[in-house]
Amino acid sequence: MSINWFKYASPASFYPLAGKSIPWFLWTAVLLSAAGLYWGFFKTPHVLTDQKEYYRIIFVHVPAAWLAMWLYIVLVGWAVIGLIFNTRLSYMLAAAIAPTGAMFTFLSLWTGAFWGKTSWGTWWDWDPRMTSQLILLFLYIGYMALQSAIDDTRRADRASALLAIVGLVLVPIIFWSINCPDPNQCAALHQRSSLKTVEANILIAMLVMTLAFWSYSFGVIFMRLRNLILERERNSKWVKAYVEETS
Amino acid sequence: MTLSEFFSMNGYGFYVWSSFGMTALLMLGELMMVKQQSRTILQRLRRIIRLQTDGETQS
Repeated sequence: MSINWFKYASPASFYPLAGKSIPWFLWTAVLLSAAGLYWGFFKTPHVLTDQKEYYRIIFVHVPAAWLAMWLYIVLVGWAVIGLIFNTRLSYMLAAAIAPTGAMFTFLSLWTGAFWGKTSWGTWWDWDPRMTSQLILLFLYIGYMALQSAIDDTRRADRASALLAIVGLVLVPIIFWSINCPDPNQCAALHQRSSLKTVEANILIAMLVMTLAFWSYSFGVIFMRLRNLILERERNSKWVKAYVEETS
Repeated sequence: MTLSEFFSMNGYGFYVWSSFGMTALLMLGELMMVKQQSRTILQRLRRIIRLQTDGETQS
């Protein structure tokens, strides 16, 4: 069986496909969140040392931080495909990802502040990982600002794609920012961590929440993508037919 | 575990619920914003199409 992938590269055929998938993604996100929260709140009391209940923030903090990074990588991926093949849909996907990525970046900083206040005694510090994550937030905002500042859509797409690609250098910096070579030079609050050392119940809740956030992201990004498609293709015959059909 | 014990989170309730609350708020808020956006776009496109077809029948 062969699938004609290029068929779905056209906004007209991707629009209904995305529409059909949205409820599935969102309901999956609801179910996974319910499972993840249940596991995180009711299956972990015995594993938290010294009743440090604030540790539960990890179930939204880590998934949000992961999503912030992964969504940026996916955004850049579509920007690159857009630049190479000059496909409209890839640029639209990149643009649809940015607000959700920015939201998760903000959430990782917000939840991190509340965690930091309890465990490190401070809302904010210029720890390498926190600083680079803050710059990631500015990058997302910069990408969106550049996109909306240029009136010509094609130029806006290309310019913001280039900005996104240049900004990709930040992702490995965030990833390796915990491996501070000299603690005297860069006092890293985030410690080296490995998934292997995390207690199994905590890991399960964390991973289920991550999947829930992924599923949510697919749903909301496809919703925004459909909005973008309608706006950009409003002069095409199929959009006119679709709008008349739904009215 | 009683309900109030659960919400107090052993004294860390403010920190835990501020984190989870903001996460829920932003995710639901984003969904509703995008949904609202799509309504606005469809309404506008309908108006434009109506204007265009009205113009054609009059001329």
